[in-house]
Amino acid sequence: MTAMGDLKRRRIDELAARAGQVPEGEGGLSLTRSAFRRLRRNPVAITGAVIVVVFLLVAAFAPLLAPKDPLTQYLLSEIRPGSIPGSREGFPLGVDNLGRDLLSRLIVGSRQSLLIGVVSTLLGAAVGMALGVLAGAFGGWVDSVVMRFVDILLSLPSLLMAISISVLLGQNQWALMIAIAVTQVPVFARLLRGSMLAQRGSDYALAARALGIRRSRIVFGHVLPNSLSPVIVQATLSLATAIIEAAALSFLGLGDPDLARPEWGAMLSNAQAFLSIRPELAIYPALCIIVVALGFTLLGESLREALDPKFRR
Amino acid sequence: MTIESLPAGEAGTVGASVLDVEELTVTFTRRGEQPTRAVDGVSFSVGPGETVGLVGESGCGKSVTSLAVMGLLPSRGVQVGGSVRLDGRELLGAGDRALRRLRGADMAMVFQDPLSSLNPTVPIGTQVTEVLLEHRDMSRKEAGDEATRLLDRVGIPDPSRRLKEYPHQLSGGMRQRALIAMALACAPRLLIADEPTTALDVTIQAQILELLRELVVDSGTALVMITHDLGVVAGLCDRVHVMYSGRIIESADRHELFAQPRHPYTGGLLASVPRLDAARGAPLHPIRGSARDAIPWAEGCAFAPRCDNAQDDCLTEVAGSTVPLEYDGPGRELRCRHPLQHPRSPAGATASGAAR
Amino acid sequence: MLRFIVRRLLQLIPILLGLSVLLFAWLRALPGGPAQAALGERATPEAIARYNELFGLDQPLYVQYLRFLGRAVQLDFGNSSRTGRPVIEEFLERMPGTIELTVFAMVFAIGLGIPLGYLAARRHGSWLDSASVIGSLLGVAIPVFFLAYLLRLLFAVELGWLPGSGRQEVRIDATRITNFYVLDGLLTREWDAAWDAFLHLVLPGIALGTIPLAIIVRITRASVLDVVNEDYVRTANAKGLATSTVRRRHILRNALLPVSTTIGLQTGLLLSGAVLTETVFAFGGVGSAIFDSIFARDFAVLQGFILMLAVVYVLVNLLVDISYGLLDPRVRVR
Repeated sequence: MTAMGDLKRRRIDELAARAGQVPEGEGGLSLTRSAFRRLRRNPVAITGAVIVVVFLLVAAFAPLLAPKDPLTQYLLSEIRPGSIPGSREGFPLGVDNLGRDLLSRLIVGSRQSLLIGVVSTLLGAAVGMALGVLAGAFGGWVDSVVMRFVDILLSLPSLLMAISISVLLGQNQWALMIAIAVTQVPVFARLLRGSMLAQRGSDYALAARALGIRRSRIVFGHVLPNSLSPVIVQATLSLATAIIEAAALSFLGLGDPDLARPEWGAMLSNAQAFLSIRPELAIYPALCIIVVALGFTLLGESLREALDPKFRR
Repeated sequence: MTIESLPAGEAGTVGASVLDVEELTVTFTRRGEQPTRAVDGVSFSVGPGETVGLVGESGCGKSVTSLAVMGLLPSRGVQVGGSVRLDGRELLGAGDRALRRLRGADMAMVFQDPLSSLNPTVPIGTQVTEVLLEHRDMSRKEAGDEATRLLDRVGIPDPSRRLKEYPHQLSGGMRQRALIAMALACAPRLLIADEPTTALDVTIQAQILELLRELVVDSGTALVMITHDLGVVAGLCDRVHVMYSGRIIESADRHELFAQPRHPYTGGLLASVPRLDAARGAPLHPIRGSARDAIPWAEGCAFAPRCDNAQDDCLTEVAGSTVPLEYDGPGRELRCRHPLQHPRSPAGATASGAAR
Repeated sequence: MLRFIVRRLLQLIPILLGLSVLLFAWLRALPGGPAQAALGERATPEAIARYNELFGLDQPLYVQYLRFLGRAVQLDFGNSSRTGRPVIEEFLERMPGTIELTVFAMVFAIGLGIPLGYLAARRHGSWLDSASVIGSLLGVAIPVFFLAYLLRLLFAVELGWLPGSGRQEVRIDATRITNFYVLDGLLTREWDAAWDAFLHLVLPGIALGTIPLAIIVRITRASVLDVVNEDYVRTANAKGLATSTVRRRHILRNALLPVSTTIGLQTGLLLSGAVLTETVFAFGGVGSAIFDSIFARDFAVLQGFILMLAVVYVLVNLLVDISYGLLDPRVRVR
């Protein structure tokens, strides 16, 4: 790089930074830094983050935290049709219809539930972003073809799409993740493409072109990084929907049939049959799903507020 | 109602002004922050057919003053004090319904950005007729005819077609004309124009100002012109109040203000306007700093940090009192301890002599 | 305006074609392929071979696709392997129930969501505002089928206030005209049948409408908060218009624009949710049929139903687009 090249690069960096519209009094702080500052002051964000971190820690240390083996059947002698033992010494939340310790199953189940959410979201985001970059970077007919395809995917209600894919791929945890991931693809593709198009038309991209910077450099060095914030927000929100959707697919009998891996969605749908006998069997896994989904939603919404220049006042 | 029917000149002679603002204060309080006083003891009045300018940089409190007069400030987090009288009737503390009956009928306002000030999803016609239907006893048909007349009067060609169109289909100048038509629909006694030309092209600006002038002269409406543009003042206003940091710092008739600005801030404003008759290459003299460099009035003259004439006694600490707004010759008031000096005109000399 | 509608209709064609390709490919990709789908899992190899020949499945793929498309245009999606009846017949019989249910859910969500969202925004910062924000966050986080079970357990099983399954009491011998049970009751003046069918909608409708309700409250609130700070609302107030006029013409009219787009997107959520809710309430609509056909491996029904639901979804979104054009003059011109 010659000195001239450096100058150009610095000039574009300046322009790109300004495109983030840093408000007065926060000058000098990068977008991420100032977003982080606002997040730390936002009680909603803190609540969401605490929920998410606690559940992630539980999932990480599940084998250590679970007081009992989640697969062993205890108290079998006390289980009769119409009666399932409730809370007692050694079983704080009672046992399920097969006599397995509910608390341990919830703790160990967090692994599988979060894993499904994270993997399917990452997968969906990766494919969606690839499509979005393709459309947003090249424009023209590539854009048209990709976007028509995305429109077709969007015209299928998400659960119906997930059902079709699950039926096609059979019942195992990977099929479940792929099915959910596919429903996320069109959202990410559209989002990234839209935000890249907006960035491409912005003044700093125009200025960079006027300075004779290569297109690939503009797209990957400036347009793409600046277009990522809506994608990050969407990914956080998608984690919540993915976990809920996994529960729905489990309920429809399209979940992971491997009994050795407890999972909240499967626990919840399994417990529906015993709702009038021991509603707790359904309520606890449902609460776990709701709280985790809420955590991701709170975090995502406050991220959106923090990253959106409109809110940066 | 009776006053409205009086010819403009007569009402003026009795000394009954249309708008009397006395010691108006507006304080914004936000949770967790120090209350800020945006308007701090502003007094002025406007007679029928008279045009008064409120001049100052953005943030000096001129727009807040106008919103306070109209009662359009949000009720939460805002305290308004002092007195605002329209035809002798106190507006501060009046109920929402009473104010709604006055707004649009007896007092009206034209805003700065005509595009964002018009509802994008409602045809122009409806936005004009709704004022008439609200305040006048008219049928829809009559209101429609009246709206056509109004658009014609503000110089919109082919008014009956324009009535069916939406704001985005009109040009900037047309939109501002439409806004003026709405404001004038019920022949208000008082019209407040808040930077009505700022968002427009220069050529359109002149047309709009000319239109406002004609309408005011014709109907004897009292006009308050809010602007940062001294060109607008020069073309339109009878009296001018220069505001700085929430207070009036100089009041004068237009001619005197331009001929002999007394406050260094007014002088600075005038000096920073490019002039065609100035020598080529002669530098402009911008005012140092920005409006954010003001100090609180309680500590002294808010303009002192930017003022070339500032001396120690501009500060309360030294002088023992904050700078008052004082008589500065007939029809003039000034808030300054070290005003600009001009070659003495007889009137000015005796006046300032008498004031000391 | 007409041109706007025609253009939108033309844009539908590639989407519908693409959908048909996807679902055609889907059926071909299934283990066993279309023959097994049509004949069921216990079909003999000879039967499958005969079927393949009969329906031209030995032909090149594009010929097969064109045939599929030709039949699909005539609404022929084959027969259910479970009941042996034409798929379209089952669909037409069950769709009215799902329409009734989704309409109830949507009316519930819109009717409650818009006023709540508006009030929350106007009382920004009040307890009502906070409650609706929290409620709308919770509403999105609850799995639909769990909520459906809870409502059913509480109001149908425990309290017995409302019916908890089916579309109509068995003892009521109602006349069927349109298969819209409530409408049928009204048309035939069998008031008790209409009322009973309506009561059967209440619990599943509320369960199904909760997520859209939560979303509508949130969008309305955010949108009203944006709009009340707009200059034109200030102008409207400066004109001294009555509060009701300002609210209706200047605030709501603009604030509801984003809400109307959301409502279109909610239809997808409703159709997804219907599969779950109808299953919980054994509500004989399209959704519970999809659930049944997953278990029965009745692929012909799955393919046909999913394709037709997608078409319904696309059409509803088209309607929303058009109504958006009616509401917002700026869109129409573009």
